[in-house]
Amino acid sequence: MNIKWSLLVIFFVIVTVLTGCDPLMVLDPKGPQAQTQANVIWISIAIMSVITIVVCAFLVFVLVKYRDSKLPKDYEPPYIEGNHLVESIIVGVPILIVIFFSVVTIISNNKVEATPEKYKGQDPLVIYASTSDWKWHFSYPENGIETVNYLYIPTKRPLEFKLYSFGPITSFWVPQLGGQKYAMADMVTTLHLAADEEGEMMGRNANFSGKGFAQNMFHVEAMSQAEFDDWVKEVKDTAEPITEAKFNELLKPGYTGQLTFTGTHLGFSPAPEHDHGSKDANEDANDEYMEHKHAPSNSKAAPQNNHE
Amino acid sequence: MGYFAKFAVPHPSPAIYASMIAIGVTVFLVIFGLTYFKKWVYLWSEWITTVDHKKIGTMYLIAALLMLFRGGVDALMMRAQTAVPDNKLLDSQHYNEVFSAHGVIMIIFMAMPYIMAFMNIVVPLQIGARDVAFPRLNAISFWLFFMGAMLFNISFVIGGSPDAGWSSYFPLADNEFSPSVGTNYYMIAIQIAGIGTLMTGINFITTILRMRAPGMTLMRMPMFTWSAFVTSIIIIFAFPVLTIALLMGTMDRLFDTKFFATTDGGMDMLWANLFWVWGHPEVYILILPAFGIFSEIIPTFARRNIYGYKSMVISMVVISLYSFFVWTHHFFTMGQTAYVNSIFSITTMVIAVPTGIKIFNWLLTMWKGRIRFTVPMLYSIAFIPLFTVGGVTGVMLAMSAADYQYHNTMFLVAHFHNVIIPGVAFAVLAGSTYYWPKIFGFMLNERIGKWAFWFLTIGFSLAFFPMYITGLDGQARRMYTYSEATGYGPLNFVSFIGTACMTISFILIVYTIYYSIRHSPRHVGGDPWDARSLEWATHNPVPEYNFAIIPQVDSREPFWDAKYKGHELFKGDYKKIHMPNNSGVPFIMSAIFFVFGFALVFSMWILAVISLIGIFICMAHRSFEIDHGHYISVEEIKETEVKMGGNHK
Repeated sequence: MNIKWSLLVIFFVIVTVLTGCDPLMVLDPKGPQAQTQANVIWISIAIMSVITIVVCAFLVFVLVKYRDSKLPKDYEPPYIEGNHLVESIIVGVPILIVIFFSVVTIISNNKVEATPEKYKGQDPLVIYASTSDWKWHFSYPENGIETVNYLYIPTKRPLEFKLYSFGPITSFWVPQLGGQKYAMADMVTTLHLAADEEGEMMGRNANFSGKGFAQNMFHVEAMSQAEFDDWVKEVKDTAEPITEAKFNELLKPGYTGQLTFTGTHLGFSPAPEHDHGSKDANEDANDEYMEHKHAPSNSKAAPQNNHE
Repeated sequence: MGYFAKFAVPHPSPAIYASMIAIGVTVFLVIFGLTYFKKWVYLWSEWITTVDHKKIGTMYLIAALLMLFRGGVDALMMRAQTAVPDNKLLDSQHYNEVFSAHGVIMIIFMAMPYIMAFMNIVVPLQIGARDVAFPRLNAISFWLFFMGAMLFNISFVIGGSPDAGWSSYFPLADNEFSPSVGTNYYMIAIQIAGIGTLMTGINFITTILRMRAPGMTLMRMPMFTWSAFVTSIIIIFAFPVLTIALLMGTMDRLFDTKFFATTDGGMDMLWANLFWVWGHPEVYILILPAFGIFSEIIPTFARRNIYGYKSMVISMVVISLYSFFVWTHHFFTMGQTAYVNSIFSITTMVIAVPTGIKIFNWLLTMWKGRIRFTVPMLYSIAFIPLFTVGGVTGVMLAMSAADYQYHNTMFLVAHFHNVIIPGVAFAVLAGSTYYWPKIFGFMLNERIGKWAFWFLTIGFSLAFFPMYITGLDGQARRMYTYSEATGYGPLNFVSFIGTACMTISFILIVYTIYYSIRHSPRHVGGDPWDARSLEWATHNPVPEYNFAIIPQVDSREPFWDAKYKGHELFKGDYKKIHMPNNSGVPFIMSAIFFVFGFALVFSMWILAVISLIGIFICMAHRSFEIDHGHYISVEEIKETEVKMGGNHK
């Protein structure tokens, strides 16, 4: 009984916290991908609560009814081998649930791994996001600018993040825009995001990367395309160009605040993209190991987005 | 001085110096105590050289409890550090070392030996055997595990702890980003313990297949023996992967090979893959015997046979098979296609089906039963709802689109503690209480045990349920601190209170043991719980030869049938019993392994070569040794049986 009560209390605490305070970041999406993920999470929480409640209810029923102290003295439990009908139900129902979830999973996987449906027609803004201990470098090849530890993005336009690392494996995560993806040293991964509304958000490296991991965060601000263009223009007018020497200095382990540059590091320190004959930028993220191994000599290939 | 500089701790702190002193004092007291009470001979002849499965199991149990203390202190330090925002208790480096040690110790040096303890103590008794198939190999398994554990544990006072997480992902674990010898300790200590585990797997497969009592067919084996059998099979398929991965990692670190490097054709993702190809089956290696323990306890205290025996067996086999097809779910975010992720999502969710069958079978075993709320049963009952929550959150994590949001967050931490603590930790604590009279001949105090249970259950809920929420609120795991603005403070403080309750529970468990040693009545008889399977058909504590006469089996619950249905378990007369001899070689060889490992950690090549030669000499010695074991005479058996209360003729 007490277990049931403590569980109930915990359940209500969770419910109150979920609804009462500020909305939890993951369940407060600001973009279509995070929305898809929040929907999947809510569906699964709902179905899983039902399962948990059924198990708990049956447990409580059994514990109340068949406890030693409540039973007549001469009650002797029967020998029961099993029952085909009961066993079919406890196999069948979970299988149905798994089938349902499989369908949900396949649909949602394909959604989050593609340009968001809503903004499909538009040309995506490609941003190269790379990490060094313990900083984030954002290169905007289309605009010819680069920032450190902060990310400005236009709303209502698909964003295509090209992720890689100059050190340990890290993970690019802006919970309110969508789930995370790894940034690694020997390949580039692609993350499709978009922002629906303007606003400030938290972004961070979610994968443990050593001493400065806790501080490895970045500030995200979503703004209208017009404001974004103004910002780009302002950067171009005021910021200093990034040089190879300056960039190499930044790669050394340590912490910096927010920095802004014109130009990108992609020219002198290209992303580890591997040209294996595919012209489709979306497929770069899905390089197979074999192809990667066959083409090590191409690892210095120039980035595909070679705007000025 | 220069030579010894490499043994210094790279990031010392007062806590580490205090530990050094504590370790020194403890070692001194142990040596002094053994000498003062003249126990050296006893220790050597009764324990260190033993090949008796019960004594080896007991040593596993003691080692596991010690490691539970060490891992628990680490956990307490972590939760204390994160209890309030911007806490300065530990710095980043120490926090990283502490959580890396916590993971490795709890999984490899606490949960594994605890499970091995029960496999050793229970399996031969449950199948009516006199020992395992290879008793001396069993001693080697234990001592290799023990030396591996010791090697790992000295890292924080000699040379520095590993700090790259328990999963030790490359390139973070490479020399460039982890320059201290800590990760060398990780690679080599786990390697040595892992060889021992692999041998245990081989040993138990042989034991279970070859040494069952007459009449015990595979489908009449008790549930725990089935789980030990399935686990052993997983071990021999999964551990070689770890062996090779660790070897490659060791070579990368010691000889600058490039297996997991990010340059020169190396592949850092390969480590993550190999680690989890072992790592996922590893969690089933832990959970299946835990299921087995619950499957013994629930029928005993519900006074009913296990419901759906066949479906229980089939679901275990299915789980073991699927455990090898799901490893990618540990890194859905590594950039595979939606197609690959979907496949691994589905294989992962499929595991929920056999697991669900088991949950319902346990519930249906209690249904129409006669439930007694003893300490082992309380753990088993609490396990069901708590593990269900852990299981359903596992299904949530299995959906890869959503996993992009859960991955690397406190949600994940909450999930795996939610399966491992109610699953494995509850099982081994329940099992300890249940089998305590079997091992030591007296019962643990129920009243204190119940207090410990409630503190653990409530503490667990307080510690881990808030993490689901902070995870969804964007708190990444492994962060040594966070700012107040994040709002994670209050819930993390609740977690800390929960951890404090769990600490009280641990103290109560230790106190129960102390109290029961002093006050519990001895001579509890062979069957204090009114149990159903063969291990209870012999005396408590168990004589060296286990059964004076090998039992005859003709059903799934031979002992129950013998008690209540007139089945004759022990037919025939006493005959002399053949038993294996004790040997000091397993201990000596494992001790040399320790020296070998230590030499490798610090790249001391001459010492490494000398100790390697020593290991080969030990093996050669075994090859040329003539040892036919010894016999226990009929008179001696009679004497023992009379002394122990002689249930038998």
